[in-house]
Amino acid sequence: MRHRARGEHIIRFDSVGLRYGLGPEVLQDITFKLPAGSFHFLTGASGAGKSSLLRLMYLGLRPTRGRVVMFDKDIAQTRRYELPALRRRIGVVFQDFRLLDHLSALDNVALPLRVRGVKESEVQKHVPELLSWVGLADHLKAKPSTLSGGQKQRVAIARAVIGRPDLLVADEPTGNVDDHIAMRLMYLFEELNKLGTTIVIATHNQALVGRFDHPRLHIEHGMVAKVE
Amino acid sequence: MLGRHSDLPLKGDATSRFLPWLVALMTFLAAVAVAGVFALGGLIARWDHDVSGTLTVQVEPVAGENGDALTEERVRDAVDLMRRVPGVTAAHALDKTQTLALLEPWLGSTEVVRDLPLPRLIDVTVDPNRVVDLAEVSDVLARKVPGASLDDHRVWLSRLINLSRTIEWLAIGIVALIGTVTSATVVYATRTGLAVHHGLIEVLHLIGAQDDYIARQFADRAFALAFAGGLLGLGMAVPALTAIGWAAHRLEGGFLPQLSLPLTGFVAIGLLPLGAAVLAMVTARLTVHAALARLP
Repeated sequence: MRHRARGEHIIRFDSVGLRYGLGPEVLQDITFKLPAGSFHFLTGASGAGKSSLLRLMYLGLRPTRGRVVMFDKDIAQTRRYELPALRRRIGVVFQDFRLLDHLSALDNVALPLRVRGVKESEVQKHVPELLSWVGLADHLKAKPSTLSGGQKQRVAIARAVIGRPDLLVADEPTGNVDDHIAMRLMYLFEELNKLGTTIVIATHNQALVGRFDHPRLHIEHGMVAKVE
Repeated sequence: MLGRHSDLPLKGDATSRFLPWLVALMTFLAAVAVAGVFALGGLIARWDHDVSGTLTVQVEPVAGENGDALTEERVRDAVDLMRRVPGVTAAHALDKTQTLALLEPWLGSTEVVRDLPLPRLIDVTVDPNRVVDLAEVSDVLARKVPGASLDDHRVWLSRLINLSRTIEWLAIGIVALIGTVTSATVVYATRTGLAVHHGLIEVLHLIGAQDDYIARQFADRAFALAFAGGLLGLGMAVPALTAIGWAAHRLEGGFLPQLSLPLTGFVAIGLLPLGAAVLAMVTARLTVHAALARLP
């Protein structure tokens, strides 16, 4: 993880619009800045555009208009071959986990390290440690199809954080786990945040948002209603 | 390449299972075509070597009572004349038995033609390092020895070589076509694999995998499948080519030089499985790169 002074903006959106194909704009005039080291909840009703906004943040899409600056790089001006290096600085927890069903929990979590060319000895050292930390020490060799929803979610979170990302983007990361595990995962995110990772968590869970003193990025009808 | 780590479940792909069989068939056909190219090339070289540097003088038989004596005298004159030509190293007349032996491959038994008035032939050897003005020699021969003509083999040889070259290019074209069909099949199999594993590929892409990291996995798989298919095709081609060679060896055509494959031919055929595997690997890699270029 690169060290970045808290307060510098890690994400900057200026008048960003997004449409899929020839459809209507799902995001309109999105403008906000997220400082490095910050922790934000992304809230909004279903269909408000949270997932689309997250996809722009994890570079799964390019905006139709406006300017997205990530890690001081204007994404529209960034060459395609430079994007993988930026993506490696972002950890993503997908709402539907998107685990590779034919791989074990260990191999799923190891993916971000392997795409970076990390030595296998390092992979075999760090991945079991992290899986133990999220309570899956007994499931290293388990395939996702044999895991419960909550266990899959923890594997997905471990995969997102194994590379010590500068930015962690999570879409409903506590949606399928009980309160105890949800709090444990939130503490994991807080620990990462203390180490300097910028966190953005999209959630419907108002109770969870209320338990933590972090600002909210609220989105309504494809527009950022408020940043508080 | 073989046995390298892969994140994608390409080994279980039903869509690429046909690839080794197709590559086997293509390798078999390519091996036959390559063997044809080299055998024909060797044939042309041997014809060229055997005939270049030689000329044949033909003396028409003279009819009549003293025909044989007169024919013999003209043959002697022609031999003397040819031996005086600068660049000619040897000239000797073939007797009737030798002439009949030349006709035997075409006619079988020559008993029926033994009493016919056959033209007399003079075998002339030319120094390959000297240039002989054949037009002038032919002219002088026709003027000084009635009924004599010069055949330098070049016309029929060049036609034969042209035919052989055409067949050779056709065989090369067939090999190129086989390569194109193999590539097209690999493109199809790779695109199908990309569609089947689209979701997994997107995950790898989003966690920061370079396009080549993903392309390499498809390329490795294509290499392994094509190499296995290539070995199978080579295994089928070896007995087939051996049988063709054996049949060609048994041909009692004395006018045909013996068909054989040079060492380079064996090496080229032996390298076909590797060539097919490399072609499949490069094609798969380029196909994946082209497809991934559409992702953001």
